[in-house]
This record gives sequence, structure tokens and C-alpha cells, in this order.
Amino acid sequence: MSLAADVRVDRGPLTVELDLEVADGEVLAVLGPNGAGKSTLLRVLAGLLPPDDGRVAVGRDTWDDVPAGVHVPAHERRLGMVFQDHLLFPHLSVTDNVAFGLRTRGVRRPAARAAAAEWLARVGIAELGDRRPGRLSGGQAQRAALARALVGEPALLLLDEPLSALDARTRLTVRAELRRHLADFPGSTVLVTHDPVDAMALADRVVVVEEGHVVQAGTPADVSRHPRTDYVARLVGLALLPGTGEGTTVRLDGGGRVAVAEETAGPVFVAVRPESVALWTTRPEGSPRNVWPARLVSATPHGSTVRCELDGEVALVADVTATAFAELGLAPGAPVWASVKASDVAVYAR
Amino acid sequence: MGTVRRRGREPGVPVPLLVPAVLAVAFLVLPLAGLVIRAPWGELGPQLTSPAVGQALRLSLVSATAATGLSLVLGVPLAWVLARSRARGRSVLRALVTVPLVLPPVVGGVALFLVLGRQGIVGRWLDQALDVTVPFTTTAVVIAETFVAMPFLVISVEGALRAADARFEDAAATLGADRWTTFRRVTLPLVAPGIAAGAVLCWARALGEFGATITFAGNFPGTTQTMPLAVYLALQQDPDAAIVLSLVLLVVSVATLLLLRDRWLTRAVR
Amino acid sequence: MSRRAPVVTALVLLLAGCGGSADDGTATAPGPSTAELGGTLTVFAAASLTDVFTDLGERFEADHPGLDVQFNFAGSSALAAQLTQGAPADVFASANEAQMTVVTDAGMADEPQVFAANVLQIAVPAGNPAGVTGLADLAREDLTIAVCAPQVPCGAAAEDVLTAAGVTAAPDTLEEDVRAALTKVELGEVDAALVYTTDVTAAGDAVEGVDVPEAERAVNDYPIAVLADAPNPGAADAFVELVRSGEGRQALADAGFRTP
Repeated sequence: MSLAADVRVDRGPLTVELDLEVADGEVLAVLGPNGAGKSTLLRVLAGLLPPDDGRVAVGRDTWDDVPAGVHVPAHERRLGMVFQDHLLFPHLSVTDNVAFGLRTRGVRRPAARAAAAEWLARVGIAELGDRRPGRLSGGQAQRAALARALVGEPALLLLDEPLSALDARTRLTVRAELRRHLADFPGSTVLVTHDPVDAMALADRVVVVEEGHVVQAGTPADVSRHPRTDYVARLVGLALLPGTGEGTTVRLDGGGRVAVAEETAGPVFVAVRPESVALWTTRPEGSPRNVWPARLVSATPHGSTVRCELDGEVALVADVTATAFAELGLAPGAPVWASVKASDVAVYAR
Repeated sequence: MGTVRRRGREPGVPVPLLVPAVLAVAFLVLPLAGLVIRAPWGELGPQLTSPAVGQALRLSLVSATAATGLSLVLGVPLAWVLARSRARGRSVLRALVTVPLVLPPVVGGVALFLVLGRQGIVGRWLDQALDVTVPFTTTAVVIAETFVAMPFLVISVEGALRAADARFEDAAATLGADRWTTFRRVTLPLVAPGIAAGAVLCWARALGEFGATITFAGNFPGTTQTMPLAVYLALQQDPDAAIVLSLVLLVVSVATLLLLRDRWLTRAVR
Repeated sequence: MSRRAPVVTALVLLLAGCGGSADDGTATAPGPSTAELGGTLTVFAAASLTDVFTDLGERFEADHPGLDVQFNFAGSSALAAQLTQGAPADVFASANEAQMTVVTDAGMADEPQVFAANVLQIAVPAGNPAGVTGLADLAREDLTIAVCAPQVPCGAAAEDVLTAAGVTAAPDTLEEDVRAALTKVELGEVDAALVYTTDVTAAGDAVEGVDVPEAERAVNDYPIAVLADAPNPGAADAFVELVRSGEGRQALADAGFRTP
């Protein structure tokens, strides 16, 4: 049921021209600033907005083919969509919200409600089925919205900024749960977000969109290591390292340990922003608790900073000022020491 | 600082708002107070129990309710078209819909004759082919009231539709609902409070309708004489009786609205 | 126009009920009662007099430069109510004796004089499609008939005439005033309506009149009187004189009134 979309949409001054493919079971993150055309893309994929040109196909079904005059309306597409502010129908109970998509497709009420209840249990809010959405917390509402999108076993799952309306703490838990559900989902997923952490944590592949066009595509690690534009460099510079929390230390899956400020336990991501990585030619003395030997793989100037890709026990990316880089006198292949303060390391559950 | 505070706790109403608001209340309530003060209360009992008044009152309630029903059936879809369709000429259509609001009702009654009267464009055909005559019947009362009152419903429902988040309709579409299903199961419940408010306005306007009714439906006790017509004619001879009849209409309509508010409106609002 | 009058009445009643008083500033300087007439003359007149009195008023103004004539045309009962509630006026011309009596009984005028009379006629649409010939046709169930409501003067007159003729009419609507009944005839929506001869005359070609011999039983006399508190009594007397003069009688006759 893979997705293949190659579309053009004219939105006033902005022309959105995107060519995407998403395999079965794959999660593609479309990352970009506000107004880049991400939401337009989702509306086209959902069938809510007919493209001005191009094709959209899911598996063997053609949903849009402008040259051939094909446009399948939204309600005839097998898809699920999760919106930023959940958009649960305020007049229906949570169960009826989740059952809605089954009812419109002809499933009888008891069966639909049973399936809805099962999905509410899967997303961990089985006991809230009788409530109205107005009486759910943000996290609960987003879980219900996910259940509503998935209950119909769609071929394509569209997530529109699914976490951005949540507060920081809720976001961590919901993001971790979303990751689990996406891993179980057999169809293609397109996630639109302006938050690189969401993209890095949830996606198999990232497409960075600026002004309606793809400026970079690749795995999250690729994109953060080799940003092709200043925007991408600023946006996705952070290194996201999987590991296991053990108190104030995280044992990384790829080897090595990272000291962190907060206590954690179980599977986590460690995120390090490139500007918080300091480089030294000799092992630094004193405060930083995280010091690793590494080797400089590449150095790319971006404005007044130089993005340095490091290889070693812990794979990191560092941004240093051009002056500092000149003083270090480094060349690719040179050995180097990297340090990060524990307080500059962010940890996310996964 | 320019506000009137009560008990020093609740935030006060700014004076520039308070003064006109008080004047507005006086403006609206004093005429009613005049009616109440001048009313010959002794006549209330006999008037209430007189069969003629009962007949007019019943006819008023039945025809206003029927007019509201007709307005709902026709007006809500029209409001949807005005609020949601992207067809050209919508602004012209909206202007046309509001014409009955500015048209003197008596002129509206004459206009109805020109269409549905015996000599009217449609009425002539109805008369000759089907032997149906509309004017001077209870049906004519309902039509006249609908003509005058439906715009109130259409305008409020359109406003509610515009204020409602259209993305709920997008969400319904992604869940497999076609536009009709979306309208029934999502849009309609979402704007239910707006529809209820519009229906109340429409009902109240229909209940007080005079000009179009007396012109198009005439005035005959039992078939077309509604309360406002009875009040008007009473005024010609016996102003006291007119005041009492006005009060009866007032009390019944206010009581009905309060009852609806408790039973239905509050539930629709959530 | 005549439909608005009751609203005015209601407002006046309400204001009175609230302890206020109607004063619309028509006060005038009392002028000398002889040749030099000036200021404002306020005439309250029955709606059926609209055309004749407007015409006479213009002539009166032309004869007396510096005099401004203001008319308030409405149903006689509405006018009587306004006057008893204190509306300031100089002259009252009523379409029937009953409403004049309301005013004289209140001590606000005396010595009313009959200056015109009106009788009922059956108005039918041009060409008389239903073939109405007399009062007996008003009892036909297959016709659409309009009669004035018994509460208004033309309805009271119609009741008298029908009773005298021994006809039980089968009206489809009881109209709130003559003009409303006439409009329905003009539109062809009713086959016949019992209205005043003057209304048939005023309606022109769209309406034809069928004479009713029995109408002689209910001749409607029009009395006129100068009000006791008239702010401009000199002009008031002069206007009443004009109405009763040969010139006034001719104008009334042209409009379909009978004159004494």
C-alpha cells in the first residue's frame, strides 16, 4: 500500500511542488517552517484539496491523476488523519468519535462501538469512552484522535503536527506512545511537523520542505549530519542517540555513556545540540562530565559557524565559530576531544 | 478608574458601557411597563376564557410553529448554501434573502398575492388546475409568517455556520463521511445552538406578524385571525381590551420561550 | 397610511400611561380671528377625506399666505383616541357621529356640523368577473367576499345595511379598513367588497361600483368641529367655513361624497 505522490498546487504566491514516495510501514516526516506548504501537501493527500497537477496513488489505487481527470474525494479514500488540535467532534462521546469512521462506512453500531472500545484500550484510555471530548486532557484527546484515525485500518496515515498542541511533559509521553503505534502500523505514514525532535524521533525518513519545494531528503541522521542549507543546519543540527537510562547516566546503544542532569530509566533518546558541543585538541580538564575522544570527519562552514561531523565512540555534530575553528587548526581525519555539559543534554523517553 | 465596582470584588462595568446599557433597558422595558401598568387586570380573566381569544391565540401558536417548522426545513439548507458553497452570486443571493427584513410587511403581503393569489403567477395555475386557492386560508397565514420570519432564521444559522470550525467537516470527510452525512452528523449538531436561537427569533417574529398576514390571509376568526390582528381590531373600539390581548400574547410567548429554554435550548448548547 | 395610525395611538396611550404627556411642538401664536391668518392650523381628519382635504388645504394656504396647514389623516377612532389623550389640534373631521361624540362628550368640542355623507357601494374588480348585481350576491359561498370588520366604521355600516336587507353575508375576510378591502378588489383577489362610494371613486379604473339601494338605510354622516382648546381658533373657523362653502361642497361631491 505504498504512497506515491507527485503533485503541484498553486496557493497564491506559493507554488507547492513535491514528489514523495513512502513505502509500507515507513514513516516519512515532512519538516519545514510555517508556510512552507506542508499542510497544503497533507490536504492534497487527504483529498480535501485537489492538486493543480500531478498524481497521487496508494498501492494500486489512483487517488488523483490530474491529466487523466481523476479525483477521488476525501471520503472515498482509505485514510486516517490526526489533526494538530485533535478535532474530536464535541457533540459525540469519545467512543462515538472513534466509531464514526466505521459507521460512515456501513459498520453497524454495536460492532463499530466494540471496535472503538478496543482501540481506546490500545491507546490507553479505555475508561474514558463515555466522556465528551471537552472533558479530556490534551494528551487524552490526541490519543483518542489517533484511535479514531487508525480504527478503520487505513492504507495511509496522515499526521498534521500531532504533538504541537501539547505541553512539554505530555508531549514526551504521547510522542513515545505514538512511536510504538507507528511501528505497528502496516501502511504508509506521512508526518508533518515543524519540530525536528518529532521528525527525528518518529520518522524513518525526513524530507525538509522550504517554500513549497524539497530542499533535502534522507534519514534523520543523514540530514542532521549533512545539512544542505542554513535553515536545515539550524533546524536539524541535533544528534539524536538511542540508549538506556540508568539514573543520571544513559548507556548508548551504539556504545559509550552520557551523563545527564535528570534521572531516567528505560529506553530513551539523548539529544545533543551542535552548539553545546565544545572541541579541544587536548583532553579538557575540569567541569564537563562528558568527554569523548573523536575524529573529525568533515567540516562545512555555515555563515559564521562551522559544522563539524565527528566520528568515534559517540557520533556527534558540533558547531564552532569560524575563529575558534581556525585556532584549533583541524583538518579532516584529525583526532579531537569533544565535551558536553550534562545540563546541555536533553533526554526523551522512547 | 472609570468603572463601577460592586462589593469591590467582581470586575465592574465601564461607565461608557453601563450608561447606554441602562438606557437601552429603559427603552425596551418602559413601554412594556406601560402596558402592564395601564392594563385593566379585571378584564384579563374574562378575556382569557373568551372563546374568541382562545381561538386567536391557538391559531397564532399553531401558525407561528408551523411557519418556524417550514423555515427550518427550507431555511437551514439555504443557510448552508450561503455559508459553504463557493458558487458565484452568493452575495446577491444573500441580499435577496434579506429583502423581507426591510420590506414593509404589507408590501410583502401584496407581493405574495402577486405570486400565490388567484390572479398570481403561480396562484392562477393552482386555482385553475388544482382548484386550490391559497389566500384567506390558514395556509396563507403560515406562508405570510414564513415569508417575513424565515430571513431571521437564515441569517442566524448562516452566522453560526460561518463561526463553526469548518475543519470538523474536513475531519468527517477523512473519516469517510460524504457531504450529506457530514451535514447531518457533524455540522447540524455543531450549529444546533445557532439553529435553536434562529428558530426562536423566527417563531417570535412569526407570532407578532401582522402586516403580511392581514394583507395576504385576510382576517377571519378561526381561520386567519391571529392575535396581532385581534389586538389591532380591538384597538379600533376598545383600547383596554387591546392592551389585555397584547398582554395575553406577551405572557404566552414569554412562557413558551422560557419553557423551551429549560427543556431544550440548554441541552442543545451542551 | 391609515394602518400606521393605531401604532401612534398605542404610543400615545403608553406615554400617557407612563405619566408623560404628548407635546409635539405644534403650538402656534394665536392669530387675529379676521383677515390676517397666520401660524399653523392642525386638522385631524378621517382617512377617507385625505384627497379632498389635502386639496382644500392647499387652496386655504394659497388664500392665506403665512398660514401652514398640517393634516393628520387616520381612522376616526384612532384620531378620537389621540385627541382625548391630549394631542393638540384645531379641527376634527370625523367619518361618523360616534367618534365625534367621543370628543364632544369629553368636552373638547361642541356644535359639530355635518358637512358630508357617504354611502356603501359594492366594489368589484374591473369587468365584474363574478357578475355581482346586489347585496344578495354577498351570501354566495362560491365567491370570495371582503367586508370590513365590525370594529371599524365601514364594518358597522355594512352590518346595518346587511341586516336591513336581510342578507347573511359569507365573507372570507373581515378587513381592518376600507383601503385594505379595496386593495384586494384592485388585485382581483376578492370578487366583491362592501366599501364606501368615495373609495370606489378614488380607486379609479381598476374598480367598479355596484349601487346598493339598501345602503340608504345606513348613510354615514361626516361631522366637523373646531376644538375647544384650538391653538389657532381663527384659522380653524375659517377652514370649517371653507369646507362648508360652495367650493368645499363641489370638491366633496367630485370625490363621491353627498353634501347637505
